[in-house]
Amino acid sequence: MHEIMTYAWWIFAFRWFHVLSGVMWIGLLWYFNFVQTPTMPKIPNELKPAVGKFILPEALFWFRWGAMSTIVTGLILAEMNGYLMNAIRLGIGDHNANLSAIGVGMWLGTIMWFNVWFIIWPNQKKNMGLVPVTDDEKKAAARKAGLTSRVNTLLSIPMLYCMLSASHGVF
Amino acid sequence: MKNPLDSLGQTVLLGFVLTAIVVILIHAIS
Repeated sequence: MHEIMTYAWWIFAFRWFHVLSGVMWIGLLWYFNFVQTPTMPKIPNELKPAVGKFILPEALFWFRWGAMSTIVTGLILAEMNGYLMNAIRLGIGDHNANLSAIGVGMWLGTIMWFNVWFIIWPNQKKNMGLVPVTDDEKKAAARKAGLTSRVNTLLSIPMLYCMLSASHGVF
Repeated sequence: MKNPLDSLGQTVLLGFVLTAIVVILIHAIS
């Protein structure tokens, strides 16, 4: 067993957890954007609370903690690989496009994580009635959360290109 | 003007356009 659990194995283990968490996060992001949001207008009014009161809070729990776990395991992974600071500087001056790619991917992922925790989640708390607000504020909060979720769907496409191309040495 | 983010199709399309811009940017800075 001690031969398996080398430093290289631990790097792999963190990569594994990083991908598992990322699938949880982006899978639910795409569920919201590709399935739930477009389907809501078609759901009869008497059935809507099933989504809003039961599915949405549960999905948001795994969504935001998936985002947290993705960024934490990702930062540990970058540090273990020895390129965290260089990637944060976008690999400028290192003449290594794969390093620049992972750096851009990390920044895109960080913006997305920020959007989840500091825009989507606070506004969803208002939307779900966990924070007392007026009906107008609730409507505005739902709009803000929805648009930010769309921004993250948009960013997820180049973010994944950067993450995958960097780790597979495409550049 | 309608917000392109209100359309899922336009959001995905913009995602691919942004990817092309990002790839050019990565080549430029490295």
